[in-house]
Amino acid sequence: MSNLDTLESELLTSIENADSEAALEDIRVHALGKKGKISEQMKTLGKMSPEERQVMGPALNGLKAKITDAISARKTVLADAALEARLASETVDVTLPLRAAPSETGRIHPVSQVIDELTAIFADMGFSIAEGPDIETDDLNFTALNFPEGHPAREMHDTFFFNEKEDGERLLLRTHTSPVQIRTMRDQEPPIRVIIPGRTYRCDSDQTHTPMFHQVEGLVIDKESHFGHLKWILEEFCKAFFEVDDIKMRFRPSFFPFTEPSMEVDIQCDRSGGEVKIGQGDDWLEILGCGMVHPNVIRNCGLDPDVYQGFAWGMGIDRIAMLKYGMPDLRAFFDADMRWIRHYGFRPLDLPTLFGGLSG
Amino acid sequence: MKFTLSWLKEHLETDASLEEIVDRLTMIGLEVEEVTNQADRLKPFRIAKVLEAGPHPNADRLKVLKVDTGEGEPVQVVCGAPNARTGLVGVLGKPGDYVPGLDITLSVGKIRDVESFGMMCSERELELSDEHDGIIDLPEDAPVGMAYAAWAGLDEPVIEIGLTPNRPDCTGVYGIARDLAAAGLGKLKERSHEQIRGDYPCPVTVALEFGDTKPLCKSFGLRMVKGVKNGPSPKWLQDRLTAIGLRPINTLVDITNYITFDQGRPLHVFDADKVHGNLVVRRGKDGERIDGLNGKSYEVDSSVCVISDDNGVESLGGILGGEPSGCTEDTVNVLIESALWDEDGIAATGRKLGVNTDARYRFERGVDPDYMMPGLEYATRMVLDLCGGTPSEATRTGDIPDSSNIIEFPYSEIKRLSGIDVSPAEANVTLKSLGFWLSGSGADVKVAAPSWRPDIEGKADLVEEVVRILGLDRVPSTPLPRMGNVNRKVLTTSQVRRSKTRRALAARGLNEAVTWSFIPKSQAERFGGGAAELALANPISSDMSDMRPSLLPGLLTAAQRNADRGFGDVALFEIGQVFQNDKPDGQKMVAAGVRRGTAKLAGAGRHWSGSSQTVDVYDVKADAEAALAAIGAPVEKLQVFTEAPDTFHPGRSGSLRLGPKTILAVFGELHPRTLAELDIEGPLAAFEIFLDALPEPKSKGGRSKGALNASDLMPVRRDFAFLVDKDVTADKLLKAARGAEKTLIADVTLFDIYEGQGVPEGQKSMAIDVILQPRQKTLTDEEIDAVAKKVIANVEKSTGGSLRG
Repeated sequence: MSNLDTLESELLTSIENADSEAALEDIRVHALGKKGKISEQMKTLGKMSPEERQVMGPALNGLKAKITDAISARKTVLADAALEARLASETVDVTLPLRAAPSETGRIHPVSQVIDELTAIFADMGFSIAEGPDIETDDLNFTALNFPEGHPAREMHDTFFFNEKEDGERLLLRTHTSPVQIRTMRDQEPPIRVIIPGRTYRCDSDQTHTPMFHQVEGLVIDKESHFGHLKWILEEFCKAFFEVDDIKMRFRPSFFPFTEPSMEVDIQCDRSGGEVKIGQGDDWLEILGCGMVHPNVIRNCGLDPDVYQGFAWGMGIDRIAMLKYGMPDLRAFFDADMRWIRHYGFRPLDLPTLFGGLSG
Repeated sequence: MKFTLSWLKEHLETDASLEEIVDRLTMIGLEVEEVTNQADRLKPFRIAKVLEAGPHPNADRLKVLKVDTGEGEPVQVVCGAPNARTGLVGVLGKPGDYVPGLDITLSVGKIRDVESFGMMCSERELELSDEHDGIIDLPEDAPVGMAYAAWAGLDEPVIEIGLTPNRPDCTGVYGIARDLAAAGLGKLKERSHEQIRGDYPCPVTVALEFGDTKPLCKSFGLRMVKGVKNGPSPKWLQDRLTAIGLRPINTLVDITNYITFDQGRPLHVFDADKVHGNLVVRRGKDGERIDGLNGKSYEVDSSVCVISDDNGVESLGGILGGEPSGCTEDTVNVLIESALWDEDGIAATGRKLGVNTDARYRFERGVDPDYMMPGLEYATRMVLDLCGGTPSEATRTGDIPDSSNIIEFPYSEIKRLSGIDVSPAEANVTLKSLGFWLSGSGADVKVAAPSWRPDIEGKADLVEEVVRILGLDRVPSTPLPRMGNVNRKVLTTSQVRRSKTRRALAARGLNEAVTWSFIPKSQAERFGGGAAELALANPISSDMSDMRPSLLPGLLTAAQRNADRGFGDVALFEIGQVFQNDKPDGQKMVAAGVRRGTAKLAGAGRHWSGSSQTVDVYDVKADAEAALAAIGAPVEKLQVFTEAPDTFHPGRSGSLRLGPKTILAVFGELHPRTLAELDIEGPLAAFEIFLDALPEPKSKGGRSKGALNASDLMPVRRDFAFLVDKDVTADKLLKAARGAEKTLIADVTLFDIYEGQGVPEGQKSMAIDVILQPRQKTLTDEEIDAVAKKVIANVEKSTGGSLRG
C-alpha cells in the first residue's frame, strides 16, 4: 500500500508542477502509458491471489482515475492560463478615435430640408407639389397674373431679362413662383390643391437680398374655398412648421395684382433677445402674402370666376428657414462654405415626417 | 408716404391716440413702416445768438464766437462756417450733446489753442438736410434759449406708411384721413374749394398736340396770377414740408409741394415772364433737351411728353419742371398748371430717363381726374392768400375722361369670398363712407366707385373694401375639408428621384450645396453652354451672366473657395436645374458632386488607421453608381463607357449608360485644362447624374417581390487568373466570364490585378473568383471542370488573353 501512496503523491506533485501540455503528456505516459508506472502495476494484478487482487484492484483503478482526473484538471488550468495570456497580449487601445461614418459627415442643405418639411405638412392636407421652369414668358410671369403692362407693380419686381428675340418675345427669369399657378390651372381640372416650391430671381443684391432665392406658393381652387379656409391653413401651417402649440397671427390688407382681396400676414414674435423667437412675445413679423385669387387670373386660365374661386399664398423658403433655424445671413445660403453646411445642415437620415416630428 | 400727426388732424377730427391711429392704419392696409419724432434726436439743441464774432488768433478761416445761450454767461465757441457773424441766430450744441449727422458726442475742445465750448450746427449736422455750406441761420426773432426742434415744429410724430401701388388716393394726407374716418376713427372734415372768379382771360393758351398718336396728356388746367409777391413761405408751411423731409424753396413752389402731399395732386408753377408765347403739350422731338429743376439735363424723344413754348421744351409733363421757366423769389406773374397725364406714359418716361419725383410717383399710379380743376382752385386760393396778386380765369384744355364704373354687386359675394357674414346695411355704410355710390335694394345693388379709386374693377374689389375696413379679424378660421381618407402619393417621379438621390449622396459623406443658377460666360462655354438665348440681358454682375449648362462649375469653384479658406478636403454635391435651351423642356434636373483633396468615402486626411489617398475616378464612379441605385436604375444592366465630356481627364473618366445612347451619368477626374481655365487646383474628381434621363418606372403590376429562390446546396468557388493586354477592360473580361454559362454562374468578382515581374511587358494579370450555384444536385468534378473550360474559352476569345499558368 505504501508503495501506491508514494506513487500517488509523486505523480500528483509532478502534475501540479507541470507547466505545459507537453509536460503533462509526459507525465501521462510515465504513469498511464503502456509501460507506465500504473500500467506496470496493473499488469501484476493477474499474478496476485484473489484476496490480494480484491484489495489491489480497486486501489489501482482508483489511482488510475485520480491521476486521469488530475491531468485533465491541470490541462484546463493550463489552457485557461494560456488563453488569458493570449488575450492579455491582444489588448488594444479602445480610446483611439475612429473616423466618422459617411452618413454622419454628409449634410442636407437647409433649403432642401425645409422643402421636405413643407411637403410633409401640406401632403397631410391633401396638397401635391407642382413645379415649373425658371425661364418664363412675360405673359405667365406678369400678364396672366393681372400685372398691367407698365404698371409700377411690375417694376417692383426687379426682373432679370433675356435678350429680345426676332419675333419681339422677351423671356425672363421668373420673379416669383406664381407663373406655376397659371400653368397648373390651365393644365388641371379643379379641385386644385398644390404647393409650388422653387427658385426665383430678382435683380437685387444687398444684406438681405440675393439675386436668386427660394419661394413656396400655395394654391387652392374649387367652388367653395374662401378666406376663412386660407386663414385656417396658414394657422395650421405656422404651428406645424415652427413646432409650437399656438401662435398668434395678424392678417393685414395689402395689395398683389393677382389676388383680391390681398393680405399680408404677421406672426407673433419676440425680438427682445439677440434673435427672433417665434410664437412668443408681443412683436410682429411679416412672413407671407396671400389672398383670394383675382377673378381676372381665374378668367385668364379659362375658368369662370363666378363658379370657381380659391386662394393663394406665398413666402420665402430661405426666410422661414432662417426664422426657424436661426441663420443670420441669407447670402451664406449660396456660398457652399463647408463650415456653414456642417453647422446648419441636416443629417441624411433625418427625413422630416409629421408622425416623427419635423425636426426630430 | 410721410405725414405728421397734426397734418392728419387738419383733415380728421379725432380723439384717437397716436397708437390707435398707427394700429388702425396698418390694419386697413396702410402699413405703418415707421413713426419718428425728430425732437427726440434734437432734444439738447437750443437756439442761440452770436453776440460777437471775432477773429481767431491762429487761423484766418476760423472765428471765435461769443454765444448767448439764453441763460448764464455767454459761451466761447470756435467756428469755421463762412456765414458765422455777429448777430446770427442759430442752433448750438454743448459739450455732452450727441450730434447725429457727425455721429460724435461733443466735448470741450481746443482748436488751434483756443478753447471751444460747443458747436454752432449746420443742417446736415442735425440731419435736417444735406445743407452744409454754413451753419443754420434762423430769423432774428427766433427765441434764444428755446429748444430748436420745438420752435421748428419738429416736435411731433412723423408717420411713414408703405403705400401699395393700388392706392393713389392715399398719396395725399386727405385720402388717408378718409380711410381712417371710414374705419371709425374720427370724422373727415369737408374739403370744398370755392371757384375763384378770374378778373381777365388767361393770356396763355394751351394746345394738346398728339396727332394720331396716343395722347400722353388727357386734360390741362391753367391759370395766371399777376402781381404776386414771392419769397420764403410762412413758417407753418415750411415746418410741414421740413417735417416730411422736403426743402422749402419759395412760397409758390412750396404751395405746389404742399398740395401734392396734402391732396395727392401734383401741380406745377411757371414764371409767366419766362414763358415765351403759348404752351403746346406734345411728344418730344429727337435732339430736344431740358434742364430740370433738379439740376440735371435730359434728352427727350417721341416717347416723352413735354410742355413746350416758343423757346422749346419747358417741362417734362407730369414729372419734372424746367429750370429756365421755374419760379424764383423774383417771380411776379405766375402760371399755375394742374393737368392729367397718361399713367403709362409717365411710368415709361420716368423709367427711361431715370427720374423719380413726387409728381411721377402719383401720376403713374393715377391721380383723381375729377380733382384736376378743384386742385387748381385750391392752389390759386393759397397763392392769393400767401402771395397776393390778381387771378385770371381758369382754362381747361381737353376733356376730363369719364372714370365712372358701375359694378353689379350681390351682397352674397362678401360671404362667398371672405367667409364673413356682413349685413347689407353694414356693407352699405362702409362703402358709402369710402365715397362709393350705391343704388338699388335687395340682394343685388349697383355700386359706383369714386373717381379717386382707379383700382376698383369689380366685385372682388368691393369685397376687399368691406372686409378691409370691417377688419380681417372677423374672418372665421375654417378647417379645409379633407379630400379623401388616406392621402395618396403626392410627389412626382422627378421629385422622388431628387429626394432619394439627395439622401443617398449625403449618406456617402457629401455635403449639399446650393449654388447660383447663373455663372460666368467663360465657364458656361467651357461646359457646353453659353448660347445667346441663355445669356441674361441685365446680369447683376459678369460673374452671373449665363444660365448654367452644368452644376460642375458652381461646385468646382465652391470647392476652391473652401480650399482658399483652409479646407481643402471637401465633398460637395448639388441637385438642381441646368439649362440646355430657353424652353421649359430644356431645363433638366441633375445631381452632381465633387470630391477634392483626400475627401474619400471613408474619410479625409491623415488618420492612425490609415491616411486617405487623394480622390480619384473610382470615388466618383462609386458615388454615381450609388445614387443611380438609390433611384432604382438597373445598375447591373448599366454599361460603362470610357467616353466622357472633354472637361474630364481623357484616361480617367467615363460614363454610365442604359443602352449605348442613354447617358445616365458621367464621372471622372477633371482635365488639367479645365482646372486651369477655372483657375482652380485639384486633386478634384466629379460626377453628374442626369435624373431625367432614366425612363419612368413601370406603373403596372403589383408590388410583389416574387418568391425567394435560395438553393440548399453549397455554392462552389473557382479562381482563375488571365494574362491580357493592358488595354483590356475589366468590364470586358467580367462580361465574358459571366456570360460563359448562364445557369450555374451566380457571380464573378475581380479580386486581383497585377503588373510587373512574371507578367510580360504590356500585359497584366487579372484574377477572378467565379461562384457556381448548384440548383438541383451537388456538382460533380466533371461538371465543374466543364464550366471552368467554358469560362476560360470565353474569356480568352473575347479578351485575346490566356489563362495564367
